[in-house]
Amino acid sequence: MRDSLGSVRTVLLLGGRSEIGLAVAERLVREGAREVVLAARGGAGDAPSVFKALGATTHSLDFDAEASGTHAATVTAAVELVGDLDVVVDAFGVLGEQAEYEADPLAAARAAAVNYTGHVSVGLAVAARLREQGHGALVVLSSVAGVRVRRANFVYGSAKAGLDGFAQGLADSLHGSGARVLVVRPGYVATQMSRHVDPAPFPATPGQVAEAVSKGLRGRATTVWAPRVLQPVFAGMRMLPRPLWRRLGR
Amino acid sequence: MSRRTLLSGWGRTAPTVAHVTHPRSAEQVAEALSQAGPRGVLARGLGRSYGDAAQAAGGLVLDCTELTGRPRLDTERQEVTAPAGTSMERIIAHLLRRGHFVSVTPGTSHVTLGGAIAADVHGKNHHADSSIGAHVRSLTLITPDGRTRRLGPDHGDTELFWATVGGMGLTGVITEATVGVHPVETAYARVDTDRTRDLDSTLELMARTDHAYRYTVCWVDLLAKGASLGRGVLTRAHHARLTDLPLPQRRDPLRHRTATSMTVPPGVPSGMLNRYTVGAFNTAYYNAAPHRRRGQAQPIGGFLHPLDAVSGWNRVYGRSGFVQYQFVVPLGAEDTLRAVVEGLSRAGAPSFLAVLKRMGESTPGPLSFPRPGWTLALDLPADLPGLARLLNGFDERVIEAGGRLYLAKDSRARPETVHAMYPGLAAWRATRARADPDGVLISDLARRLELA
Repeated sequence: MRDSLGSVRTVLLLGGRSEIGLAVAERLVREGAREVVLAARGGAGDAPSVFKALGATTHSLDFDAEASGTHAATVTAAVELVGDLDVVVDAFGVLGEQAEYEADPLAAARAAAVNYTGHVSVGLAVAARLREQGHGALVVLSSVAGVRVRRANFVYGSAKAGLDGFAQGLADSLHGSGARVLVVRPGYVATQMSRHVDPAPFPATPGQVAEAVSKGLRGRATTVWAPRVLQPVFAGMRMLPRPLWRRLGR
Repeated sequence: MSRRTLLSGWGRTAPTVAHVTHPRSAEQVAEALSQAGPRGVLARGLGRSYGDAAQAAGGLVLDCTELTGRPRLDTERQEVTAPAGTSMERIIAHLLRRGHFVSVTPGTSHVTLGGAIAADVHGKNHHADSSIGAHVRSLTLITPDGRTRRLGPDHGDTELFWATVGGMGLTGVITEATVGVHPVETAYARVDTDRTRDLDSTLELMARTDHAYRYTVCWVDLLAKGASLGRGVLTRAHHARLTDLPLPQRRDPLRHRTATSMTVPPGVPSGMLNRYTVGAFNTAYYNAAPHRRRGQAQPIGGFLHPLDAVSGWNRVYGRSGFVQYQFVVPLGAEDTLRAVVEGLSRAGAPSFLAVLKRMGESTPGPLSFPRPGWTLALDLPADLPGLARLLNGFDERVIEAGGRLYLAKDSRARPETVHAMYPGLAAWRATRARADPDGVLISDLARRLELA
C-alpha cells in the first residue's frame, strides 16, 4: 500500500535491466519500498546490491516483451511473489540504429513490437490488476522522441508516440478506479542503451528521471518531463514548420 | 447494491477505491459478509480515523452509518445500548436530556459507537476513567462465518472480546453495544485554565493536579522555541453541578448545544499552513488564553469536542492532506517527549493542533493504544519536506522508551515499527485467526502494517 507520505511497499520493474528503471526502483526503495520484482528476458540476473543494503528483498522474473501472450501470466506471477502491486515501472525498450532499421524492415518491426505492442499487452494486464486492487500506479517510460517524431529516428520515435498515446488513454480509462498512470517523458539520458547516440541538449541522468518520477508519484501529476525544461522546449518544437523540422539533425 | 467509491481517512491522504454498501440491519451485515470477494470486507463508520484504517482497496466496505436506532438508557444499570452505527453525538444528546453522560468520548463526537470500540478510543478523562473498552458491558459481533456472538469482559468469548476492543474492525463487524454511563446534573463543564511557560512547567502542573480533575488536556505550542519550548494552555474540568452554573443557565441546565458555527470551504490550497501562519496562530492563541481562570462554566460539548464547531476542518490542509502523529510513552520517559517537542520545534514543523495528556489505566486489548504515560497528538501537513524521515526518527525514540503509536491515527509507520510497539500482536493474531480463519476482514491499514 502507499502510505500517506507517498512511500510504497512493492515495486514491479518491467525491463529489469533498464538503467532508468533501476534508478526509479532504487529511489522508491530509499523511500521505503521493501519488495522489488525485476522482470527481464531470461530473468534480471543479480539485483543491484544497493537494494539489499537498503533492506529490500528482490525477486527475478522471466519477462519477454515480444511475447505478448505471456504478459498476463507475468503480472500474475509478480502478484504471487509480493501481493498488491503498489508501483509498476514500465521501462523496457530498445533504441537501435535508424539506418539499420531502414535496411532491415523485419528488425524495425521487432523493435516496434518491443517499444509499443509489448507495452500494450503488459500495460493492459497491469491495469486490470490495479483496477481490481483499487489502488496502485503504473509509471510508463515514454520519451520526448514520441512528442514529435523526427526523421532521424522515426522507427523508435513512432513507437514512443504510440506508447505515449496508449498510456494517456489508459490513464483516462483508469480514472475513478483508485489506480493511476504516470507518463514520463525524458529527453536524452546517458545510459548503455544510448551510448551510440550523441547527447542532445538538456540531457538528464537516470537519477534525475527517478527524482522526477518520485515527485510525480507524490503529487497528482499525470505527466512528468525530465528535465522539466523540455516541456516548454517541446511545446515550441511542435510549432516548428515541417521543412525545418525535417532538416533537424538527430 | 454496491458502488465503487474512492475512500480516504480524515487526513485525506492515500485514497483507494472499494465497493461500498449500506447495511441497515444485522441481517444485512451478515449477508454482506457472506458475499465478500477475494479482496475482503471491512466495516466503516463516520471516517474519522486519520489514516487508512477504514479503507479496503478493491474490497467491500460496509458503511455502517445507517445501522442506527434510538439509544436505550437503563438508569438502573447505568448503561446505554445502541446500534453500532449510532454517532456519539446522538448518544450524548439522548443521554444529556436524561441527566446522563457517556463514560468516554474522543475529541470529536462524529464517531460511531462501533468505530469507537474498534479503536478503543480515549478521551480527556483517560487518566481517571481509562478508555471506552473499560466501559463496554457487552457487544454483538458478527464474524465472517455468519455467526452472531454476544461478547463481554465477563461473558462469552472474552479473548475475542478484547481482540475486538481496539481490534480495528479486523475480528468481525460490531452491530450493537452496551456501554456504561454516569449521571450528571448539567450539560456543562466547570473549567479551570492555566497557561504554562515551558515544557517543564507544563509537565509538572499536569502531573501535580490531574488526579483532582475528571477531564484534563493541554494544548502545546510546538513552534515556540528556546525558553518557551513546550509552553501550553492547560484546561481541566469536572461536570458542572447545578450550583456551579450562572443563574440564567440553571433554568434549563441539561440543554445540549451542538451547533456547528463554521464551515471550511472545499478547495483550500495546500501550503496555507506553514511555520509562519501557524506560528502566528499559536502565539495569538497562547496570548489569548487566560493566565489563570477558575470555575468557568462551558457547554460540555464545546469543551470536549472543540473542533466539532468547525465543519470540514480537515480541509484547511488543502489537497495534499495531513497526518496526525500520536504516541504514548510511559511515565518517566519525559526525555522522549522532550526530544520530540524539540525535534518538531527545530524542524519548524507547523503543528497547531498539538495535544498533550497523561494517560491512566489501559485495557487488556492486545491492540489497544492507551497505556499509562504521556501521550502527545499533533497534526502536520503531509507535503512537509522531510516529514517521513522526521517521524521515522521519532518512532525509534518511542520504541526505545517502550511506547507506541495509535493505529486509528497512523497513516505512515512501517510494519516492523508497529510490530515492535505491540508485543500482544501475536496473541491478537491467534484470536483473530479463530474468528476469521480465511482472512476475510481486511483494511488498507492491515495490509500496510502487515497486521493480519
